[in-house]
Amino acid sequence: MIITELKDIDEIYDMIKPYSKILITGCDGCCQPPRSINEAKVLGQLLELKAKTEGKDLKWKAITILRQCDDRIAATTVRPFVEEYEAIVSLACGLGVVMMNEVAEDIITYPANNSMCGGVQNQGENSFIQYCETCGNCLLGETGGVCPIAGCAKNLMNGPCGGTVDGKCEVGGYTLPCAWIDIYERLKKFDRLDLFKLYRPARDYRTATSPAYITINKSFTNEEEEKKEGKK
Amino acid sequence: MGKRRPAYSNLCKAIEAGHFVFTGELEPKKILDMSEIIHSAKEMKKTKKIIAANVTDGPQGDAYMASMVPSYLVQRDAEIEAVWQVAVRDRNRVALFGDVLSGAVLGLKNILTLTGDHTKLGDNKKARASYDIDSTQFCDLLAKMIDEGTDYEGNEISGGKIEMNFGCVANPNAVPPYLEPEIMKVGRKVEVGIDFIQTQTAFDIDVAKNFLKELEQFNVPVLLGLFPLKSHGIAWYFDNYIPGVSVPEDLLKALKKAEKDNKGNKPGKYAALDKINIEFFKPFIEEIKKTTKAAGIHCMAVEYERLFEPLLGEFPQYVK
Repeated sequence: MIITELKDIDEIYDMIKPYSKILITGCDGCCQPPRSINEAKVLGQLLELKAKTEGKDLKWKAITILRQCDDRIAATTVRPFVEEYEAIVSLACGLGVVMMNEVAEDIITYPANNSMCGGVQNQGENSFIQYCETCGNCLLGETGGVCPIAGCAKNLMNGPCGGTVDGKCEVGGYTLPCAWIDIYERLKKFDRLDLFKLYRPARDYRTATSPAYITINKSFTNEEEEKKEGKK
Repeated sequence: MGKRRPAYSNLCKAIEAGHFVFTGELEPKKILDMSEIIHSAKEMKKTKKIIAANVTDGPQGDAYMASMVPSYLVQRDAEIEAVWQVAVRDRNRVALFGDVLSGAVLGLKNILTLTGDHTKLGDNKKARASYDIDSTQFCDLLAKMIDEGTDYEGNEISGGKIEMNFGCVANPNAVPPYLEPEIMKVGRKVEVGIDFIQTQTAFDIDVAKNFLKELEQFNVPVLLGLFPLKSHGIAWYFDNYIPGVSVPEDLLKALKKAEKDNKGNKPGKYAALDKINIEFFKPFIEEIKKTTKAAGIHCMAVEYERLFEPLLGEFPQYVK
């Protein structure tokens, strides 16, 4: 899921200040914490209040979209409203904001969130953790399932560094775990310290360079299918 | 055991000749005037025991003078060899390669490879740290430049191979269960081909001796790091802000007492502080020299020149 952090209300208000009718779009996709219809409504009310303190009348409508990052879903949901409103405030992650600007191209969509990372939810601690940096070069097979790219502040491939003390990282004041000590412990548990000892050469950053355009080609080859077709 | 290459630097030549060597440390900070650094380097040279001076590269992640030029100036003006510290924090593999080539042209002979304290610890916390390659991969890059005369991708350096020796850092404060990953990490660097190890500072003789014993398997010269404490303030800072280092409480208390007892009496304070350091570190060094296979001591007495003679006085001179 994409972890987002709501921007300061003043910052959002500053963006929509020139407009008097706005559409607020929540997202029912993977955005976390939830940024759906209820959150869109609350944001509308807050912006309306803020406008009132400045003697302005702000009209708003809140809707939610199944997934703002899917062009068909986004377009079919939002287009019916576009003519009535002067601007959109999106509660999705950055992907949703860009997509809304594409599918509703005649008005501007503004972001209500800062997109933080792809992460997981740790319900027990009510926190979100970045487990993957989508680097395009997955190492998890040799690190016991702990990612040194997302989990290590220095993205080291041959850690730990000298900044680890008692298994904690120098960044964050020794409160967060050192990914490389976690990797060591995982691999030791499975008697795979041979993987820990491996020297890993420098990363190929071509896989992680933006902008990324990835084409998934639809094709399959399957011998049995081919045989079946041959029989026909 | 790593690949062994010729000793290009005076430091590595002295180690090869079997001397128990000393290296010192210089810290160019946010400065323009080099006179104090050069003065300190000259004092090191005078001892005839300190064979090379480490020149730090933005310790604690702070934005300081880059280490290449001070390393060169120390060699030129103080005539003592530099151990040029290079952290991978601020430069990607392209810049590191370029810098090392430049350093080679300036006649620098030793590089100490470091990851570097994170910029989030420094005085420009909003900076984007590079960490394009890590310190092990940097060792790999240096091995390629020295042994094969190429960059990381294998593109040839016109004019051949550079002549340098390089080392890495190890943390002697790592104790089980964190000792094994530390040793394995050093093992990767040995595999890639380091020439020497300079350790982070140690205060516990037994922990340090055990660590040195563990490193013996690699058959690479090790200089144990020691940090004489010039004042209680420095000791306190070191204890609190340097990753992975803690100063023994007794030592902290003794320094504080020495400063308190000699308030307003500068020579008395200096004498008392020096006495504490000499009493702590001199037997420490003697014990390391006598009972371990350490190649020497990396004495991080930054801006603490007056301690050189009383601390190292009785060790043999070997530097020409």
